[in-house]
Amino acid sequence: MYINYNLNHNYQTARIISTYTADVSGVCSALFELGGMSVIHDASGCNSTYNTHDEPRWYDFDSMVFLSGISEMEAIMGNDEKLIHDVISAAEQLSPKFIALAGTPIPMMVGTDFKAIASVIEKQTGIPCMGIPTNGMHTYVQGVSMAMQTLAEKFVTESMPKTKKISVNLLGVTPLDFSLNGSVQHMHDLLNQNQIEVVSCWCMGDSLENLKLAPSAHVNLVVSYAGIGAAEYLAKKFGIPYLIARPYGKAFSSEIIRAIRNLSDYPKNQKNLQNSVLCRNQEIPGNPEIIMIGEGISSESLARAIERETGKTVGTIIATEYDTNFLSENARIARDEAELIPILKNPDLKYLIADPLYQPICPKSVKFIRLGHEGFSGRIYHDLMPDLTEDLHWILNQL
Amino acid sequence: MLKRIGKEIDLSGAMTTIRDATFPSPFQSELEYSCSARGTWNIVHTGFLVPESHEIFVCAAGCLRGVVLTAAECGLSGRFSTIEIREENVLNGDLEELLINGVSDIIRQLPERPKAILIYTSCIHHFIGCDTTLCYKKLREHYPDIDFTDCYMNPIMRKSGLTPDQIMRRQLYSLWHQPESGQNPRKMNIIGNNLPTQKNSELYTLAGIAGYDLTEIHDCKNYAQYQDMACASANLCYNPVAKAAGEMLAEKYHQKLLYFPVSYSYQEIQKSLAEYANFLNIPLPDYADVIAKCDLKAESLKKLIADTPIMIDYTATIRPLSLARFLLEHHFNVTRIYADGFTQEEFQDFNWLQENYPDLEIFATIQVKMRMIPREYSKKTLAIGQKAAYFLNTPYFINIIENNGFWGFSGILEFLELLEDAFLHEKDTKKLVQIKGVGCGTACI
Repeated sequence: MYINYNLNHNYQTARIISTYTADVSGVCSALFELGGMSVIHDASGCNSTYNTHDEPRWYDFDSMVFLSGISEMEAIMGNDEKLIHDVISAAEQLSPKFIALAGTPIPMMVGTDFKAIASVIEKQTGIPCMGIPTNGMHTYVQGVSMAMQTLAEKFVTESMPKTKKISVNLLGVTPLDFSLNGSVQHMHDLLNQNQIEVVSCWCMGDSLENLKLAPSAHVNLVVSYAGIGAAEYLAKKFGIPYLIARPYGKAFSSEIIRAIRNLSDYPKNQKNLQNSVLCRNQEIPGNPEIIMIGEGISSESLARAIERETGKTVGTIIATEYDTNFLSENARIARDEAELIPILKNPDLKYLIADPLYQPICPKSVKFIRLGHEGFSGRIYHDLMPDLTEDLHWILNQL
Repeated sequence: MLKRIGKEIDLSGAMTTIRDATFPSPFQSELEYSCSARGTWNIVHTGFLVPESHEIFVCAAGCLRGVVLTAAECGLSGRFSTIEIREENVLNGDLEELLINGVSDIIRQLPERPKAILIYTSCIHHFIGCDTTLCYKKLREHYPDIDFTDCYMNPIMRKSGLTPDQIMRRQLYSLWHQPESGQNPRKMNIIGNNLPTQKNSELYTLAGIAGYDLTEIHDCKNYAQYQDMACASANLCYNPVAKAAGEMLAEKYHQKLLYFPVSYSYQEIQKSLAEYANFLNIPLPDYADVIAKCDLKAESLKKLIADTPIMIDYTATIRPLSLARFLLEHHFNVTRIYADGFTQEEFQDFNWLQENYPDLEIFATIQVKMRMIPREYSKKTLAIGQKAAYFLNTPYFINIIENNGFWGFSGILEFLELLEDAFLHEKDTKKLVQIKGVGCGTACI
């Protein structure tokens, strides 16, 4: 055992900052509006955390999200029968359209086979059932991604003709990144105003039946990294190219519209499937005077949007799961205080844009711009989560 | 976009009458639903009662999320830190190293040295066989100026012995040192409560008459005052989940445990007060006048409230059946209890209600159907507690948890005042019931 009382290493500590919504909550968030029943396989606590801090729709929308309540003896004895019995009992009472099982640390440690359990439940109930082996040790981005990919693999299986108009599926949409501030509707409006049809939105404001129409879209617009799993599946299965970017501000949103039109020509104009990471900065930038912290695609997109509007260089710190191949030159992946604090000591840094719960680690010489993020501070700062889809003035006025 | 997808649901499995209910568990244990009423305290709130202390949770990210934001919503993030357990720690089995080094790293970064640190380990430590005894030994050796105690966020153990709530209320006093000056025979504590006991309670007035100093953890402004509680000669508790704390203190500090369960029964209160007076070595005062006052208040309130249905949930009071019985005996129209189980203290009241009001409804709060049952009631309904208010979607409710520190005849009078206020004044149910930990911190939500 190596004991180190004094040296400054990364011991995965957070003296004061928050932690992101976990993968298991991400699963529930992704599936929330689709009429299914999500079951968190956990002893206690995960369900109240989810419905208190991770799910702003909980009070007004009666989605079926429940907890298994696994006990010590059931875990030690590997008693999956209790889970299977209880899920079937609840399904018989409530008739969900599908069932999803999501895992937490103890089921991971005892090696719970979620896919096998899902198969047993599906056979006994006739209700489609998905086992999603989360373990509560990753952020919501991974959980949402796993859920959307599993959902696509389960329900989106048949090819269909493309829509007449240029069309997209929006992938990676949950309140954890989009809150309930009107930004999802605003994205729809933006696309519709530019004669681009939205076939499906994964997974806010849409139905399971509509998601099945996804193969008829020309392009997948991946608006958070949580949409990447479904995007990869739909690209491989149906040859739909994907574009990685979230609409922010007029200039950057216009670029997204143009990129969608270009990609929609596939396969007419291109032999190979051509995906695009529009939110990655293609130039070699200077030292950033602005840094933002958050989810990968949202942060990178907002950084590009601010650059277009101000001409200033914006760096990002991505604190959730992200593909390093998508990173801009000025982007870093960092999650713990021990990783974050040294990056923020950059003497050129003038502004830090991040969730207010990051403020305690912001250097005093740097102006902190509070931009709430449901996936980090939950419900605390709803009034600091503006819809920035087309209008960035809320931020620009503070720079 | 938002909508309710509620449909007609038959109530079997989620509701029964008390006639058909079994004691103490009226419902099957299956999948669990968690409703939006969040006013009850959790182990984070309770730990903050130790003055000048710091909490460190050592768990997986999914478990940390709820507790981190509990502290943030209370405005107490400065007294709260975390160490995140990741997959590689489980695979490498280095939880001891992570715990010791992580705690050390946090201590190094804190702006002020805490007097005490409450370290919360998790289900993972238990399952992987982490040697937490070694960890605490090393930390105590290296930081002799800081008191450490072991707390637990291991809900997987909730059906194996003491519940996490019972353990937390016990560990709250585990930081006491052995008093150097010995016991003070005129000093007593009230232990085990999240909310402070009302100072006008008979528990305080009798202690005053007998010349006893009665202290509760909420009275302690600093760590020294908290340590001073160890000098008491007796501990008094009235919440069943605090009894384990009293038993630990009786063994460790030889402090007498006085257990006077919360009750709405005049006889039960009288019995407790008689025992209390005997311990204090004073004559039992005559409570006839105060009992008459309770009856008078109940009578006048009944005229106001008339036959308005009253529904009680278990989060508002430790003794929902005792309260129901009191109100029914005073001719109020109590029609429903929301509870998933009952404590042994309720057995006599359960039997009485079964015999005298067999149609009284018992509703579960965590059964899955409760998610889908329409949240409404056809006419004005008075709810006692947040869960009842949530399920009924009524603005007429008493917004309290854990009996709000009420005890005895004074507690009954205070409660009746709240009932009157709840009947006369609407509340913002959606806003209020979602606030975590009623009465803790600054509650910025």
